[in-house]
Amino acid sequence: MSLDQTPLTGTATDEARRQIEICNACRYCEGFCAVFPAMTRQKAFAAGDLTQLANLCHNCRGCYYACQYTAPHEFALNIPAALAEVRVESWERLARPQAMARMFQTHGVAMAGLLVVVLAWFFWAMSVWRPEGGSGFYAYLAHGTMVAIFTPAFLVPLALIALSLRDYWREVGGGRVRLSHLQSALHSAAKMKNLSGGHGEGCNFEEGDRFSDRRRVFHQVMMYGFLLCFASTASGTIMHYALGWEAPYPLLSPPKLLGLPGGVMMVAGTAGLVWLKLRADRNLGAARVWGGEMAFILLLGGVAVTGLALYAATGSALVGPLLAIHLATVMVLFLLMPFSKMVHGFFRLAALVAEAGMQRPSGKS
Amino acid sequence: MTAWPEIFDLAVVGGGNAALCAAITAAEAGASVLILESAPLPYRGGNSRHTRNFRCMHQGPIFPLTDSYEEEEYLHDLMLVTKGKTDEGLARLAIRSSEECLPWMQAHGVRFQPSLSGTLSLSRTNAFFLGGGKALVNAYYNTVADLGVIVAYEAEVTHVHREGDRITQLEAQIAGRPVTVKARAFVLASGGFQGDVDWLARAWGPAARNFLIRGTPYNRGVVLRDMLDQGAESVGDPTQCHAVAIDGRAPKFDGGIVTRLDCVPFSIVVNKEGDRFYDEGEDVWPKRYAIWGRLVAAQPDQVGFALIDAKSIDLFMPSVFPPVKADTIEGLAVAMGLDPQAVRRTVDSFNAACRPGPFHPTELDGLRTEGLNLPKTNWARPLDTPPFYGYQLRPGVTFTYLGLKVDERAQVHSAEGPIRNLWAAGEIMAGSILGEGYLAGFGMTIGTVFGRIAGKEAAAYVA
Repeated sequence: MSLDQTPLTGTATDEARRQIEICNACRYCEGFCAVFPAMTRQKAFAAGDLTQLANLCHNCRGCYYACQYTAPHEFALNIPAALAEVRVESWERLARPQAMARMFQTHGVAMAGLLVVVLAWFFWAMSVWRPEGGSGFYAYLAHGTMVAIFTPAFLVPLALIALSLRDYWREVGGGRVRLSHLQSALHSAAKMKNLSGGHGEGCNFEEGDRFSDRRRVFHQVMMYGFLLCFASTASGTIMHYALGWEAPYPLLSPPKLLGLPGGVMMVAGTAGLVWLKLRADRNLGAARVWGGEMAFILLLGGVAVTGLALYAATGSALVGPLLAIHLATVMVLFLLMPFSKMVHGFFRLAALVAEAGMQRPSGKS
Repeated sequence: MTAWPEIFDLAVVGGGNAALCAAITAAEAGASVLILESAPLPYRGGNSRHTRNFRCMHQGPIFPLTDSYEEEEYLHDLMLVTKGKTDEGLARLAIRSSEECLPWMQAHGVRFQPSLSGTLSLSRTNAFFLGGGKALVNAYYNTVADLGVIVAYEAEVTHVHREGDRITQLEAQIAGRPVTVKARAFVLASGGFQGDVDWLARAWGPAARNFLIRGTPYNRGVVLRDMLDQGAESVGDPTQCHAVAIDGRAPKFDGGIVTRLDCVPFSIVVNKEGDRFYDEGEDVWPKRYAIWGRLVAAQPDQVGFALIDAKSIDLFMPSVFPPVKADTIEGLAVAMGLDPQAVRRTVDSFNAACRPGPFHPTELDGLRTEGLNLPKTNWARPLDTPPFYGYQLRPGVTFTYLGLKVDERAQVHSAEGPIRNLWAAGEIMAGSILGEGYLAGFGMTIGTVFGRIAGKEAAAYVA
């Protein structure tokens, strides 16, 4: 994997290395997910190798419950937690500015605080910049104003994430990306193959050592819901600029046909993920970021709930305040992309692409 | 403790694979079952926790097994390792029944995987548990929970109360409190005695105190001893145990699989005097793996030292502890607590005896030393490329052979005849079939087959 042998200081990496070396001498868990075959490629683990393994890990916890060496055994293995710590640490380290990552990864309260600030700002903007004309949402905030506000709020975080991913690629020693690697990664992500448990019965997330597919189902419902909502917004943009057809759109139009089910799926998915997270053992994840992760899921759910509420309130006096609330949650979600759990999607996909490129040719061991 | 019935249909002593198979089978037949597991919950499952696969007869490819592995070949493999010390009738029963066990295991939550990297080429003969033995144990504990079986952890059975040809009750300590357990039938599946170091020392001599125990510390043989004292028929050599050479830095108990070292064929192995004591290249690892436990046990302080150089460090599975590393032979000797001059002499004479030739790490390559009193007959390459690496070796006990003799119905006998409501399964009776040596994955076969037989017979008895 990585040729860069410079040690990254940090006890999370050192602890993960200790555990992974024991794992690599055992290998009983080979069939669970992509982490274990990836591990067997070497005997010594550079920091970049551990970063890659950590971002491949989906925290399904199958290896923990199958492990003969978990505490109270003196080897005290807890691979899901060790890799979760390295993973979060890698997002923080590779993010810029780092102080923001450190604050938002761990602090749900900081996220809520940011939300309140942005919300207040939207109410203020709407009261001050309220346009003379305009219909629908644009009666509250002109289209041009919305674009002016959201374009940087969307592009700057994406640019920051792109820089992080570039650093990630260097750190893990990712090679040339081929189309087949992308296909393989997208295929894994689309099916969430690494949460299948290796036998298709799911993970050990919320019911101790019993398998359950709920986490995979809720995550995919949420993720596809999010993608539908994104497609809804994209279709609206195209209709606005290419077709000159302005919002609001009727029920039988692409933005609504994509956005409504998308919003419902996001609500259902995030509600399910919150429920699972409350049931799962916190000590098998990165315990210190639990609050931040929870706040992030709630924020995602909040984006969907407020969007649906806004649609339901069409024509009523509630549109104004609901629009402010919805725009604020969307904005905060975008702003926090590089600094919240949202970034896991980008890193995970990068890890899957890198893994596809690193796999040994079959037949060679 | 939740409301217990005054008397159970079946009490199962032990909480590993065999015990669970017996409990599941009996509970599915309608019996009320209690499992008495001496370990606390995190350590439940006995040595099954450390297992990885199941040796299985099959007449054609069935997932995850390839090709076929039929009765005669299986029996032949068993005869080779036991040198004929087996009860052929029971052996054939275990082998034949193994085929129907595989779907039964799958139906009760055990998941298999194809054998992957780093393992021996066992995909034809052995079915590998996805996640290993603890995953299997978890699946079975979930199954027994769903069947309403009661499991008592930290439940140490101290006495099996026999009255004539029947067992009436058990005396136990459950979480430190004395409890009398009444049942109509009993299955003993509480393992061997390797966790009792004093017993090992009585059997093997004081050297056994330096042995490491690879498996659970909870197999202390209390029930086995109690039954033997009450006249139960026994099998197996009480002075024997199965020991392999493992990493000397392994935990005293419960180190399991990771403590194995696969470096010996590419090493020279010296004792604490710095002298070689056996042909390290005698045969392929793991074929000769098992003999090294005994070889190391016979050396002063029961310790050996495998020395290799940079040419060989990547030829074997990663070790759980990193090797000791030094730039010179003398430096390595000092780092390992050996006399550098003695080790230098041994290495020099070995190196001088090496001859050029083709080296094939995966097969007997015949690359042998010439002129040494104690030759290395394969893979003999001089130790000349720094850095040099070393591993300390110690005997690691896998299991003991002494056990209860059973018949084909898994029933325990005394000199006066069968004990009518007592069955045994797993390691406690494995000596009935496995009188010597070891066959990978066969322990789980015996446990599964005889656990199911014991459960079925016990359920039929109480029905």
